[in-house]
Amino acid sequence: MKKYTYTEKKDTRSGFGAGLLEAGKKNKEVVALCADLTGSLKMDAFQKEFPERFFQVGIAEANMIGMAAGLTIGGKIPFTGTFANFSTGRVYDQIRQSVAYSDKNVKICASHAGLTLGEDGATHQILEDIGMMKMLPGMTVINPCDYNQTKAATIAIAEHEGPVYLRFGRPTVPVFTDPDQKFEIGKAWMVNEGTDVSIFATGHLVWKAIEAGEKLAEMGIKAEIINIHTIKPLDVQAILTSVTRTGCVVSAEEHNRLGGLGDSIAQVLAQHLPAPQEYVAVDDSFGESGTPDQLMEKYGLNSEAIVKAVQKVIARKQARG
Amino acid sequence: MATDIQQLTQTASQVRRDILRMVHACQSGHPGGSLGCADFLVALYFEIMHHDPKFNMDGKGEDLFFLSNGHISPVFYSVLARSGYFDVKELATFRKLNSRLQGHPTTHEHLPGVRMASGSLGQGLSVAIGAALSKKLNNDTSLVFSLHGDGEIQEGQIWEAAMYAPHNKVDNLIATIDVNGQQIDGSTEQVLSLGNLRAKWEAFGWEVLEMSGNDMADVIRVLHLAKAKAFKGKPILILMQTEMGNGVDFMMHSHKWHGIAPNDEQLTNALGQLAETLGDY
Repeated sequence: MKKYTYTEKKDTRSGFGAGLLEAGKKNKEVVALCADLTGSLKMDAFQKEFPERFFQVGIAEANMIGMAAGLTIGGKIPFTGTFANFSTGRVYDQIRQSVAYSDKNVKICASHAGLTLGEDGATHQILEDIGMMKMLPGMTVINPCDYNQTKAATIAIAEHEGPVYLRFGRPTVPVFTDPDQKFEIGKAWMVNEGTDVSIFATGHLVWKAIEAGEKLAEMGIKAEIINIHTIKPLDVQAILTSVTRTGCVVSAEEHNRLGGLGDSIAQVLAQHLPAPQEYVAVDDSFGESGTPDQLMEKYGLNSEAIVKAVQKVIARKQARG
Repeated sequence: MATDIQQLTQTASQVRRDILRMVHACQSGHPGGSLGCADFLVALYFEIMHHDPKFNMDGKGEDLFFLSNGHISPVFYSVLARSGYFDVKELATFRKLNSRLQGHPTTHEHLPGVRMASGSLGQGLSVAIGAALSKKLNNDTSLVFSLHGDGEIQEGQIWEAAMYAPHNKVDNLIATIDVNGQQIDGSTEQVLSLGNLRAKWEAFGWEVLEMSGNDMADVIRVLHLAKAKAFKGKPILILMQTEMGNGVDFMMHSHKWHGIAPNDEQLTNALGQLAETLGDY
């Protein structure tokens, strides 16, 4: 089992900010739009470096999405930035018609996703965004797990033709992936190989899965941990290869149980390889105010919850014989 | 070169015939607003805009047009076909299965001339602003035009865009509102009155012009005036007075023909009022 360590914690939104600046340096067609949250989205470095390519739209997210769609005409590569809630639910129809149905090369970049937004509470803690975005035909959906992966993903989507939803967050979390990684859209990352259970995790839950894997190892359970950073297009082959070996699945995500990564995996299994699956996800509810750690514990999204889900799913697998 | 108003008017007559025949053939679609905007779109595509029917999505160096009130797709499709973007015969496929001429315009079927899907209202002004900003970044001094229904501006996104463009001096944009006073449930006065549109748009910081949208000479005059006012620090808004159903007597003065198709007898009656000038498709 590969041992993961970290020396620092950083927020994934800062990975986005660093990636955006680098993407802007690599390609002069990259432009950015923000709806009055430049500091929160860490877009200030881009704004400072490329003021003529940065558009402050004010608190007007619908206009921002439409403008981004229009900017693609003439060859620009627009990145929009606001909180995940205002990036998706508030502007779903604008994304649907002006971006997805219109085949526009817009990158919708969403911070403060999920419960780890913390004290602001449920108005801002969207847990349905992955579901909404993955249902749009042609939309790529990416939820990276740490600073380095978010930075690499931001650079990669600038080079990808087509609409993308990039989801990241507010809290500082361990930085444990390779700073020089090449991000491959749609390619799952094998974090640790194992034979007893497949844990498919995305976003902030990847580190929780690594922690869970260490606890499970102490209990004699060999967990295979796979990072599904790209929820759409899903790496179906990686999922099937792993589940063929392990025979059972735990999916882990900071999202509603309905419509997220777990559902995408369940659909693959139902079609190709039926196997017991447990969900580590929010059980169809809104969040609430609290610290990120308190909320992740209360809503069952920490390493203890993953360990319990693994024990349960292995028991189900064994009961099937 | 002097503008041939008579020739443009004749083209508009053919476009009106196309609209009625398209809507009749599939027994659905929106003839009223399409007929009202025929003169405007003919003026744009046959006189005002510099554009290339050998369609290229980026349209660098070309004037661009965005139809925000996508339900008047029949007039858009007819004008695109008549100006050479695709064969006029394809108008016969409007709203039928496997057609590039969807009920509302889309880029998804790769119909030349369409740069943005529209239909869900209120989105086109934002898109036009984005395209205008793209032109500025590209040092492209051509213009961006857009068309909106008057009912459409009840959508909130329009006012987000209305606030953005003057603040950021998007002065290579000429937006037009089709003020026909009608929407699906009745007159705009009855449904949700629009108030003093000139005062509202001027208060937002737009250069506002008014135009008689079914008088070709006035349409040409005001569009030239609008072009002359471009690049002077303000976006331009044209309030275009039109008559829904213009050109067909029994379709005018009512919101009834917003979204219904004529039957055989009504089509014959309507076509009898419009000269076939370029040959029916």
